Amino acid sequence: MTALLTFTVLVLVAIAIWQMTKIFELSQTKTERAEIANDSDNKNNGYLLFAFLIFIYGITIFSFAKYYKMLLPEAASEHGGDYDQLMWVSFAIIFFVQTITQALLHYFGYKYRGEKGRKALFFADNDRLEFIWTIIPVIVLAGLILWGLYTWTNIMDINEDDDPLIVELYAQQFNWTARYGGDDNVLGEANVRLIDIANANVLGIDESDPNAEDDIIVKELHLPVGRKVNFKMRSQDVLHSAYMPHFRAQMNCVPGMITQFSFTPTITTEEMRLNPDVVDKVKRTNAIRAQKGDDPWEFDYILLCNKICGKSHYNMQMKIIVETEEEFNAWIAEQKTFKESVMVDEAEVETEEQVARTEGEADVESEESASEE
Amino acid sequence: MSEVAHVSHDDHHDDHGHHHKETFITKYIFSQDHKMISKQYLITGLIMGFIGIAMSLLFRMQLAWPGESFGIFEAVLGKWAPDGVMDADIYLALVTIHGTLMVFFVLTQGLSGTFSNLLIPLQIGARDMASGFMNMISYWMFFVSSVIMIISLFVEAGPAAAGWTIYPPLSALPMAQPGSGMGMTLWLVSMAIFIASSLLGSLNYIVTVINLRTKGMSMTRLPLTIWAFFVTAIIGVISFPVLLSAALLLIMDRSFGTSFFLSDIFIQGEVLHYQGGSPVLYEHLFWFLGHPEVYIVLIPALGITSEVMSTNARKPIFGYRAMVASILAIAFLSTIVWGHHMFISGMNPFLGSVFTFTTLLIAIPSAVKAFNYITTLWKGNLQLNPAMLFSIGLVSTFITGGLTGIILGDSTLDINVHDTYFVVAHFHLVMGISALYGMFAGIYHWFPKMFHGRMMNKNLGYVHFWITAVCAYGVFFPMHFVGMAGVPRRYYENTAFPMFDELTNVQVLMTVFAIIAGLAQLIFVYNFISSIFYGKKGPVNPWSSNTLEWTTPQEHIHGNWPGEIPHVYRWAYDYSKTYENGEYIIAGQDFVPQNVPLQENEEELNH
Repeated sequence: MTALLTFTVLVLVAIAIWQMTKIFELSQTKTERAEIANDSDNKNNGYLLFAFLIFIYGITIFSFAKYYKMLLPEAASEHGGDYDQLMWVSFAIIFFVQTITQALLHYFGYKYRGEKGRKALFFADNDRLEFIWTIIPVIVLAGLILWGLYTWTNIMDINEDDDPLIVELYAQQFNWTARYGGDDNVLGEANVRLIDIANANVLGIDESDPNAEDDIIVKELHLPVGRKVNFKMRSQDVLHSAYMPHFRAQMNCVPGMITQFSFTPTITTEEMRLNPDVVDKVKRTNAIRAQKGDDPWEFDYILLCNKICGKSHYNMQMKIIVETEEEFNAWIAEQKTFKESVMVDEAEVETEEQVARTEGEADVESEESASEE
Repeated sequence: MSEVAHVSHDDHHDDHGHHHKETFITKYIFSQDHKMISKQYLITGLIMGFIGIAMSLLFRMQLAWPGESFGIFEAVLGKWAPDGVMDADIYLALVTIHGTLMVFFVLTQGLSGTFSNLLIPLQIGARDMASGFMNMISYWMFFVSSVIMIISLFVEAGPAAAGWTIYPPLSALPMAQPGSGMGMTLWLVSMAIFIASSLLGSLNYIVTVINLRTKGMSMTRLPLTIWAFFVTAIIGVISFPVLLSAALLLIMDRSFGTSFFLSDIFIQGEVLHYQGGSPVLYEHLFWFLGHPEVYIVLIPALGITSEVMSTNARKPIFGYRAMVASILAIAFLSTIVWGHHMFISGMNPFLGSVFTFTTLLIAIPSAVKAFNYITTLWKGNLQLNPAMLFSIGLVSTFITGGLTGIILGDSTLDINVHDTYFVVAHFHLVMGISALYGMFAGIYHWFPKMFHGRMMNKNLGYVHFWITAVCAYGVFFPMHFVGMAGVPRRYYENTAFPMFDELTNVQVLMTVFAIIAGLAQLIFVYNFISSIFYGKKGPVNPWSSNTLEWTTPQEHIHGNWPGEIPHVYRWAYDYSKTYENGEYIIAGQDFVPQNVPLQENEEELNH
């Protein structure tokens, strides 16, 4: 019985809908111009275009009000200041142009919405107008290009002046390793063909190269503040990109090639943690984390992989610590050199490695344990 | 309505008279008629677009609610979403295939294949393409490549997942990523066929535009649509072969042990034999196509916009010659800017300087185009049809997205936003959304020409436009901030970095907008399908347009015009043209079709 009732109701509803659509259809004008905009369409959509202009301004203001504070804090490198300055000038120009052109576009759409009998102006050409809006972008862009190129040349001029610290960033699926030149500040030769997992020579360092003996291999990047660092990037498997957003620094790591980037850190991790913007960010973030039940977070500089490299691309990171010269020297003195960790203790390491290998994926495992230190 | 339009039809001698019998197969499947081929392109493109957009909704959900379990994931992704949680590999595959489908299958062949085929013969006054047979082959190769691409979604180890740019070594080594096995092979095969299809199509377009213009249709009288398709075809012919060579070399590296792109690789405990190749070489080859490709996507959309905007503004397009010149300038510059995708690839920084220079130059013709569109609206009598709204929307997103190009094109500024969401926001607005708007504008505008005079429902069109327009900004405007906060693209989830925690809310906002926008496209799908069968028939020339396609009968016939091909006496933009005394050239009608001879006392004041 209930089934029958339900069925009847459904049929009646269906009939009602069918009749309603029929009425709707009948009430529509049947002329052949029915699907072409008429004056009321023009009016409604003209007003909507104006409203859309307000929406564009609205979402711009909303995004700035709400998200501006989430952007990266002040640059922590020497060239980063120039970078930020160029960025803000470019943004000022962009927002100026955006505000004006969107206003003109949508306002004209609203103002000149079609009306029966209105005569449009036959206006096909005007050399002076076109000259003006060709030459203005030319001048503005010429300025931006020159400034940009000047900054670019400075940033990418990687030289050995001012006694830079030499650091190798070594990328592999899915972790980073850093290598310091040690006392001589010279990196030993290396090639993936020399990788010897069994002997923990995971970076393929040439054991016969005397420069390699004092190299220091670590899973956490420490940098002394105020000293130029020249990075040499390598990758052992696929493309990676060493992205250090707080320093406005990035360079791809390419298998078969050594790429370079150089910057001078200017703010230590400790100082950055006291930066008011960072303090606020940490506060906001920890409020969110507390809700989710995650551990509280303390600000740290970070190195991310920024070139798609496979399954765990999203979690390929290394902590960067910028500290004073003394702290750095103390830290590096504690680290084992390549000679100490590999060339001398070969026998010892070998047994360790064999244990690890029986657990499978020896290379990954050993590095993960190292990074936890 | 337009009495004068029939003048040229006076002598009705039938000069195409080859009425062969058509079967279902020759008419609907292996058709050599450009109008049918254009519909085949459109429908194939729309289906691919449906899949591509659906994929984007899936990974947007993962980004907004990372690691969350969704029934829909389990239903659609099956074994790649155990318990409804998306797997990291399939996330990358979705991103990859979404990019591939949208860039190549929807916005290259779906857009330019559809409208080049439909409009080139109709607007230049030709009976068909130069080679109907080649045209048919081109479509069927496109169809085969689409099928292969779809098949690749179902292979055991998963589809290609190295990003739509498929940079080696990731794309070359199956041990680096499961998607680089069979999935990548099928991807490469599909793309190789796709390129062949695109080349055959492009050659046909070029030859047709050069050789088959009707009497009086000089190059400077061509509608801007045709200029756009013509130039697009040329850049396609110049740049697609380079992608083919990149794909072939990659196939060789993958299957035959060569070392074009690979060197010094140690993976999964062993050293591979590759020696001396360079992934940077691949990047050069890829972007030599890849950058012109974004203009291959965009220029047809701009051409469509020029035509639709002028018609609906009832005004000539402002600065016809400047528009043509800027298309040519953009096309030329587009072939010498590819390096701006590679500022931090490890190539010589001096090269970066050169590419910064050429890249920022492109802003000049782009700015000219934007200003000319705005001026075209000024003092017009805007008929705000759905196609017109999409055209205005295109100019809006073209400006918003184009401006951030100034940041990315500057090698210095690129350092910190390269490969972040800032890039994603930029290119989606400037080429993705803009080109889609151009495509929608074209569909709404030429639907009556494609489907025998039937028109799409305008009210559904308005709803479609407004929801899409609001949501497009809702998705991509906040995305710039995510990028500026340093979030890299192609991350399966951002939870591994506490510094990105507070940005999850932004992701949720964007995803909600994306889902609404995706659902709004269903309105379009409904409107499109139902209008094919039940759309109201409009007048022969529904938008009161000047171009030749509206002089053909609504019912499609082989050869397009029943009588002689109309001759052309003027450019395509004599809208609201008046005599000196302020009267319209043709009394009571604010447009003068191209096939109407110059009237007495009429000055040919144009271009």
